[in-house]
Amino acid sequence: MPEKPDGCVKPTQGPILAASESAAANPVMEKEVSMVQARVGKPAPDFELSAFVDGGFKNVKLSDSKGKWIVVCFYPGDFTFV
Amino acid sequence: MEVFAISTDSRFSHKIWQEEELSKMIEGGVPFPLLSDAGGRVGTVYGVYDEEAGVDIRGRFLIDPDFVIRSMEVMTPEVGRNVAELIRQVKAFQHVRATGEVTPAGWQPGKATLKPGPDLAGKVWKVWKPEQAF
Repeated sequence: MPEKPDGCVKPTQGPILAASESAAANPVMEKEVSMVQARVGKPAPDFELSAFVDGGFKNVKLSDSKGKWIVVCFYPGDFTFV
Repeated sequence: MEVFAISTDSRFSHKIWQEEELSKMIEGGVPFPLLSDAGGRVGTVYGVYDEEAGVDIRGRFLIDPDFVIRSMEVMTPEVGRNVAELIRQVKAFQHVRATGEVTPAGWQPGKATLKPGPDLAGKVWKVWKPEQAF
């Protein structure tokens, strides 16, 4: 699929949820069940996000780094103090 | 080893932060991608999105080569992380993966490890002292 030109807004897949964990799998429980899927000892939830890397913009997919040790680090915001 | 830093800021904000501030702390800026989690969609799945503040709080996840999460640390924003502890954990998980041994509290490379098994049950006190945790 040809890459779309990089305009001001570039949609990404965001979280890539496992099919079995999707809402359709358990519609009754959907409202009650937490969205949180990250647990130690369990597979990492995959995602694709836009990124600033090596001086340019590109989309980064976590599972493209499968096979390496990976650190995913969330932080509250650019220009925060700590 | 791959590192991904994620916040709810746009990639444009990441660019300016890298160029205007981070590059003044570290020559060339931080050597890893800055990812944009618009709306906290990924942070929600990782349990670190604060809906009231609209940001991803501090959360760090260590993922092994089998794509399994080995450790996580989540904290409110006002206290920063300890990178030395993250590196210690990476070395410990790599050691365990390579040897099948387990690493007691406070383990550092070169310190004693334990070999789990029936002979060790009830005998840890003989081979490991609480002072070694520090």
